[in-house]
Amino acid sequence: MSETDQTTQAQGIGAPVRRREDLRFITGQGQYTDDMNRADQLYAVFCRSPYARAEILSIDTAEAMAVEGAVGVFTGQQMVDDGVGDLPCGWLVKGKDGSDMKSSPHPPMAARYVNYVGEPYAVVVGTSLAAAKRAAESVVADFKELNAVVDVATAAHSEQIYDGIENNLAYEWALGDEDATRMAFAKAAHVTTIELVNNRLIPNAMEPRACLGCFDAASGEYTLYTTSQNPHLERLVLSAFVQIAPEHKLRVVAPDVGGGFGSKIFVYAEETAVIWAAGKLAQPIKWVAERGESFLADAHGRDHVTRAELAVDDTGRFTGLKVVTTANLGAYLSTFGSAVPTYLYGTLLAGQYKTPNIYVEVQGVYTNTCPVDAYRGAGRPEATYVLERIIEQAARELGKDPADLRRMNMIQPEDFPYATPVALTYDVGNYEASLDKALELIDYNSFESRQAAAAENNKRRGIGFACYIEACGLAPSKLATELGAGVGLYESGEIRINPTGSVSVFTGSHSHGQGHETTFAQVVASQLGIPYEDIEVIHGDTGRMDFGLGTYGSRSLAVGGSALVAAGNKIISKGKKIAAHMMQADEAQIDFKDGNFILQDSNQSVSIQEVAFAAYVPADYPEELEPGLSEKAFYDPKNFTFPAGTHIAEVEVDIDTGVTTLVKFVAVDDFGHIINPLVVDGQVHGGVAQGAGQAMMEHGIYDEYGQLQTGSLMDYCMPRADDLPDFDVDTTVTPCTHNPLGVKGCGEAGAIGSPAAIMNAVTHALGNKDISMPATPEKVWRAIRGE
Amino acid sequence: MKVSLTVNGRAEEVDVPTNTLLVDILRTNLGLTGTHVGCDTSQCGACTVHVNGGAVKSCTILAPQAEGLEVTTIEGIGTMDQLHPMQEAFRECHALQCGFCTPGMIMQAIDLVENHKDLDNCGIREGLEGNICRCTGYHNIVRAIQSVVDQG
Ligand code: FES
Ligand code: FES
Repeated sequence: MSETDQTTQAQGIGAPVRRREDLRFITGQGQYTDDMNRADQLYAVFCRSPYARAEILSIDTAEAMAVEGAVGVFTGQQMVDDGVGDLPCGWLVKGKDGSDMKSSPHPPMAARYVNYVGEPYAVVVGTSLAAAKRAAESVVADFKELNAVVDVATAAHSEQIYDGIENNLAYEWALGDEDATRMAFAKAAHVTTIELVNNRLIPNAMEPRACLGCFDAASGEYTLYTTSQNPHLERLVLSAFVQIAPEHKLRVVAPDVGGGFGSKIFVYAEETAVIWAAGKLAQPIKWVAERGESFLADAHGRDHVTRAELAVDDTGRFTGLKVVTTANLGAYLSTFGSAVPTYLYGTLLAGQYKTPNIYVEVQGVYTNTCPVDAYRGAGRPEATYVLERIIEQAARELGKDPADLRRMNMIQPEDFPYATPVALTYDVGNYEASLDKALELIDYNSFESRQAAAAENNKRRGIGFACYIEACGLAPSKLATELGAGVGLYESGEIRINPTGSVSVFTGSHSHGQGHETTFAQVVASQLGIPYEDIEVIHGDTGRMDFGLGTYGSRSLAVGGSALVAAGNKIISKGKKIAAHMMQADEAQIDFKDGNFILQDSNQSVSIQEVAFAAYVPADYPEELEPGLSEKAFYDPKNFTFPAGTHIAEVEVDIDTGVTTLVKFVAVDDFGHIINPLVVDGQVHGGVAQGAGQAMMEHGIYDEYGQLQTGSLMDYCMPRADDLPDFDVDTTVTPCTHNPLGVKGCGEAGAIGSPAAIMNAVTHALGNKDISMPATPEKVWRAIRGE
Repeated sequence: MKVSLTVNGRAEEVDVPTNTLLVDILRTNLGLTGTHVGCDTSQCGACTVHVNGGAVKSCTILAPQAEGLEVTTIEGIGTMDQLHPMQEAFRECHALQCGFCTPGMIMQAIDLVENHKDLDNCGIREGLEGNICRCTGYHNIVRAIQSVVDQG
């Protein structure tokens, strides 16, 4: 093997390449939206509703405009009057009676009514941030306060928020065979019932949302720099629905983005108002959220109440599962808000098990709270929480080992492809392999001695399992659009081999921490045998790549990576034609390997770099062939991918203080083939930490009037370094059968498995006394005392 | 008001309103955007810099208090070609994902290692109490800092 081949391999698929993007981040050279400035920029500050629900009687802006440095004040009503459209929800869910979901009006900023605390109703633009703030404080809005609906469990029986939306129900959705499930329960030897709350979370990416809106009057072009996970989707929505400008006159750039976790997928009021106002004033406008605004107005996550029942036969086999959930959608249907508690939730309730009969019903309710949408895992953590909590509970009621009970119900390797009763077909998996490895890593057999040691320190130690499955890389487009998705779910990729052999790779997916600049270069290096250093990955700019759907749902590699492979295949096949001509041979006689086009049964070959040069300097060149070596591909997945694994948590509960400590956490995940193990481990660590936050600390709480009680980092408890242990993570591999890389996606798994595993451990430590997440010291302390 | 201070070894003078925070002087007046703002309650640590040799959240210092300070920011500890050992360790251990908390984490970590003997896992974790990372779960940050400690 040549030296080049070896380096390519050392930095190709599977290698723990140190990330190239790190260099700019560790030296302070990252370019986040707030790091960008225009010489003549103005500053925007939003006026936000102090009420959870109120009618806007009047807004007086005269005093604000008199403030020195105030340039403009725009109200929500002015935007509506100017023809700016509603912010749309991208997924039309149909109810179980076949009716369309009921959407409330959703003007970008509130026009006639405000419907949650923090909802913007006006934007003030000033020459400095201080001037804009002063002016915003001088906007006089007169509200008539109305009764707020806050609690998810009672929302459907509360005062109606919107005309025409009875019982505050956006939809009543169902999936599965209700009759068959009822029969299964009628015959069950044992039924386990559980009632669960999936606590509301506030995403808190460390970079607050921000935008810089620019308008060039000469060309009529808008440019929006913004903290987005999917700039093309942002552009599509702002063009087609909101009517800011046609797509060719609107460029959206998402530069370095400081974490998203779902919260930066959505099209929000703020960037919409800013880009619109930038056009009105023909001057750049910048807005950066304060953390308090992030709490109030970044779409929240989770917030379900659920009752579930599991039917078990006399041998311990699951025969039926019934789940009834009320999901809080908040005040408006956010971009994907309708899909999260339905298609991303109900479809996952088979988990890793062969339960033959499943029926799920979901009520999606409006409340006067911040909209709820996808947050890391989106629907799948909620499904996993229901299933893995009820199975653990069943094991305790039946006196069975929780690992054994799961094992005997698992879908076996020979059962794939496996069609679940809730609409998915799993392509491949080996669930016992992950379970076995996890049991070994946690040293399950000696748990009791650890438990006894803890007891001597006045602590109760508990162990809990979660064997999760998730569906990633939402697909295929045809199915998704039939189910109501407003966009396709493919991804685009482009590989440009430059004349001198260096490579520019363009992807429609977006990295905001995931490391695409490194890992996607590894993929291309392996496929085309081009040195990793010669490959640059570009993303996040609608002005530089055709189209894309961005990054969410652990889709980047499975869908975006596959698009690059498809583009690479086109490069290879065109390269073969050129190489054949160069070696005066027939195309069919050319093989491609490790960056070389090789003439079969000969010692002749030409490198891909030589072929590229010939393609751009086509002096002696195949007649019918276009010059150049640059190819694009759109990849539409054939199916979801199904990462799965086992997470096991051990906690210790302090009997005197109620403090729960996560002492051990093992995650064994099957993500299919892995491009960069360093990056994959990091994704799992981060996901587990967020799941641990949900289980033990985080809770977005509104009071009965709809005021957010947890509106700052002082009130909303985020995991810090000393709240968490080192994590023990490992993988098993069954390659995905339907994408060219055999990959599944790893971004969300940590957050999906960990809440259930940790809460199973907590309830185990508490002698099977149930408490709701988060397991705060107070709740645990009371539970210990039997309250 | 006029404020004179030394930043990354250079004497600087800025003219700012008295209620300006040091982090804004750094970012806005001096263009040192490596120091980030992650919160409005001095909870996140994204703005951590060194002031007179110790780690400080730069959102806790007002302009009048900044007079005469010696400030070092992430831009002042190493360059792309010559990284500080802590920067090197963060890269080597994949201790960052989105990179937003990273400058503050690195500044805090350097202070921690310089000013504490015999740091172990627990000590490192306690020392990072004031810095939030939403991406990494801290695992690799702790590993990176430990590796610097172990190098001595
Ligand atoms: S910005 Fe200073 S601590 Fe958050
Ligand atoms: S790396 Fe993203 S917040 Fe720490």
